[in-house]
Amino acid sequence: MTMTHAPGAKRHSPPPAWRKPVLMGAPLVLLLVAFLVFPVGQLLALSVYNGQGFTLAPYAQLFASSLYITVLWITLKISLATTVVAVVAAYPVAYLISIAKGPAKSRLIFWVLLSFWTSFLVRAFAWVVILGRNGVVNSTLMSLGIIDTPADLLYGFGAVLVGMVHAMLPLAVMTMLAVMENIDRTLPRAAGTLGAKPGTAFWTVYFPLSLPGVAAAAIMVFVSAIGFFIVPALLGGRKETMITQLIIDQVQQTLNWGLAGAISVLLLTVVLVVFVLYDRVFGFASLTGESAAVRNRDTAMRRLGGRVLAALGSASDALIGLVPRRHPLRGRSERPVALTAFVWLLLVLISLPAFLMIPLSFGKGGLAWPPSGFTLQWYQQLLDSPIWMQALWRSIVVAFGTGLLSMAIGVPAAFLMVRSQMRGKGAMLAFILSPIVVPRMIIAVGMFYVFAQMGLVGTILGLVIGHTVVAVPYVVMTMMAVLRNYDTRLDLAAQSLGARPVAALRHVTFPILGAGMLSSFLFAFATSFDELTISLFSSGGLSATLPKQFWDEVTLQVSPVIAAVSTGLLLFVAALIYVADRLRRRSLAG
Amino acid sequence: MSSSSLSVQGLAKHYGDFVALAPTDLVVADGEFLTLLGPSGSGKTTLLSLLAGLVPPDEGSVRIGSQDVTYAPPYERDIGVVFQNYALFPHMTIEENIAFPLKMRKVGATEAKRRALEALEMVHLPQIAGRYPRELSGGQQQRVALARCMVYKPSIILMDEPLGALDKKLREHMQLEIKRLHRELGTTVVYVTHDQEEAMTMSDRICLMNAGRIEQLGTPADLYFRPRSLFVADFLGESNILPAALRSRSGDEVEIGLGTQGVSGRALANGNDLPPGSEVRVMVRPQNLTVARKGGSVPDGIQGRVSEVMVTGSLTKVYMEPLDGKLPPLVAAFPTRNEDDAVRIDDVLTLSWSGRDAVVIADSARAAGTA
Repeated sequence: MTMTHAPGAKRHSPPPAWRKPVLMGAPLVLLLVAFLVFPVGQLLALSVYNGQGFTLAPYAQLFASSLYITVLWITLKISLATTVVAVVAAYPVAYLISIAKGPAKSRLIFWVLLSFWTSFLVRAFAWVVILGRNGVVNSTLMSLGIIDTPADLLYGFGAVLVGMVHAMLPLAVMTMLAVMENIDRTLPRAAGTLGAKPGTAFWTVYFPLSLPGVAAAAIMVFVSAIGFFIVPALLGGRKETMITQLIIDQVQQTLNWGLAGAISVLLLTVVLVVFVLYDRVFGFASLTGESAAVRNRDTAMRRLGGRVLAALGSASDALIGLVPRRHPLRGRSERPVALTAFVWLLLVLISLPAFLMIPLSFGKGGLAWPPSGFTLQWYQQLLDSPIWMQALWRSIVVAFGTGLLSMAIGVPAAFLMVRSQMRGKGAMLAFILSPIVVPRMIIAVGMFYVFAQMGLVGTILGLVIGHTVVAVPYVVMTMMAVLRNYDTRLDLAAQSLGARPVAALRHVTFPILGAGMLSSFLFAFATSFDELTISLFSSGGLSATLPKQFWDEVTLQVSPVIAAVSTGLLLFVAALIYVADRLRRRSLAG
Repeated sequence: MSSSSLSVQGLAKHYGDFVALAPTDLVVADGEFLTLLGPSGSGKTTLLSLLAGLVPPDEGSVRIGSQDVTYAPPYERDIGVVFQNYALFPHMTIEENIAFPLKMRKVGATEAKRRALEALEMVHLPQIAGRYPRELSGGQQQRVALARCMVYKPSIILMDEPLGALDKKLREHMQLEIKRLHRELGTTVVYVTHDQEEAMTMSDRICLMNAGRIEQLGTPADLYFRPRSLFVADFLGESNILPAALRSRSGDEVEIGLGTQGVSGRALANGNDLPPGSEVRVMVRPQNLTVARKGGSVPDGIQGRVSEVMVTGSLTKVYMEPLDGKLPPLVAAFPTRNEDDAVRIDDVLTLSWSGRDAVVIADSARAAGTA
């Protein structure tokens, strides 16, 4: 049989294999190199280079007094305490969400998300109002006659811990949930059929499987906490100063870039050590929630752990056995009533502080509790204030810009991460996600230094770029999750039916991914809208964003307008989550 | 086969060290129904994906008609693919799904609608045009996938285990349906399945694959009655494989000796030209074995003790241990009858066959494609 080319037959040759991955990944990698690696590198270099040559003077200054080491120690102490409390409190919440179904699950997630997305500033400031001398707690206790004079609840370790845990709890829940959702729910039941009582089944089967989620939540909370400054600045006293506050001081007040660099090195070293330890114990795979790789090593630690879990199991079985049950089999409800009640109590506590701002914003008495009278004057002041209105407008523009830019460079990168078989994918993903784990303060200060040289300080473009660097990892992560659930055969089907790649994207891929892409966009939007650290420096003195304006206001002079702004932000976030959820449902239904 | 609509030469695909498809030649005739059959991992889906252009090959070429389409993207091949899980677009109605390929071909909206509804008539589902895929049953989704594939009359339709997700009854019904549509439209079909019964029922020819190679290519009867390798004999239906010595040859038949007691029998040479004295294997299908009671009028046969009797509905299967320990256990099958003298465990029976029902399989005879 002979084969001849028909006249005019098209001869195709394979396209070069490297072209597509480079086009898809390069924009994001270039952005991160230019506005993450370079600025952070510059800042770190400043600690050993003073313009003339090599120097170790900043380090001499750093270790000359015990101040910096003490602050580092306090920072670690607060972060560790926050991590422990937040993770322990978040576990039952995440567990309940993972076993809940239908509307109950949506409701639970809504309240966690509401806290998650409500500005850190609003939530931290709410505690000032609650714990202050004329705050909710003191006035309630005094009106009940329990105390005569207001107690000093604010400006101490307790206040900082409460504020930090409150700030970090939603993050811990969301991180743990990612792992718990993937645990096969039939496994504890299988343990039950094999003879394990409920307590034993939980501690010896479910809990070990959920450990990677606990570990992931712990490290996310710890790393976030260690770079946090809002809560200690608003709720802490002199003794609760954290290390990032020192960096702010060095940059904004003493302009000592070398020392700022040296402190950053110190902070970064601590974070790196924590990560290395984490990788040794759990492995980084557990962070992405992808595979809870269980390491099968029969070490003494493992055996000890097994025994502890077995003991915990027997103990809880004994406790469960103490509870009298009228109908041993029939009376058993599928819904864990006590757990549900506990979790809702926790969620109410989490949500309450921000909601307290609503009555205050309509009250005549300012920020003192209880609110008295009704007035709209704070809203009137807010609307009449050109500073607030400009800040609001600037924040919206920057957030939109950040959303669009993050999607434009993050979506192709997510496609690349999920679909391609290229080498070095793991390393690239780690690089893309690195803005999450490098303390935000270090990025912000380094960026400020570089932006100043480029004339980007105080510009919309500078803020969009800065916010995109910190928002794009979230876009890539959420898009990767969306893409993993997407059946790629639909694309192949479209192509086999005659659709060219662009038509397949337009008619099939994007419409189906629409809801997921929208939520990624909103993620980036909300990240930028609430971003304070980068804006603190890079917005310049005059062109503040909403969070920057909020920060200036609460650190310089406290006015009830803040309550009005907080209420507005809360409603805005609630509306955003509601709309996103509705869109998601409609896309599933339609 | 000069009007072949699809031909493949030296086509190969590797994933790292794993050979998904060794260099393969295959020609599919115009209007033919060819089935790629094989266990999972045998390369049948890889071959189909290469034909569809869903993955690029490492070497070799694919031609459709006279066009070289080796590296052409799927949308330039004029093929239709029916995917295993149908791949219906969840965000489009059934009508929009079926009209999609027409829209991609710039067919006007009214004409596309008319043809989509026509295609739905063809698969007997005219009333569901406005529904969404998830509102349909598995069998309905399967028909919609067929309609979407046929509506633009591609010259070749590729189907990847299209009935795998359906239950047995529905699967048999859809097999008939696909055969009917194939007859009516006269399209070339390449069909992938791991179900040997399905392959036997539907195909003009079967291409049996194993470990990335074509094991044997031929009509269902070729593969069933004249397997060229042990793998083929074993994969298609139940079989008895007996070690034997070749004694003599006459025409296309040979005389063989079985076991230590020198029981003799006859078998088809099956294209083997081994010299007398060679060690060979002989395959007999269970339903081709005749069972007789000891002391009956059967002069030559294998004596064995019944170890198990199974009534599988229309057939009764009798498992036997030959008295000659050198021979492997055998199974015979015959239509179930309502009789009193039924075979019981521990009965001693004699098995025999007619010469043309047994075939010689030489171990070395690895089949090359007979295209």
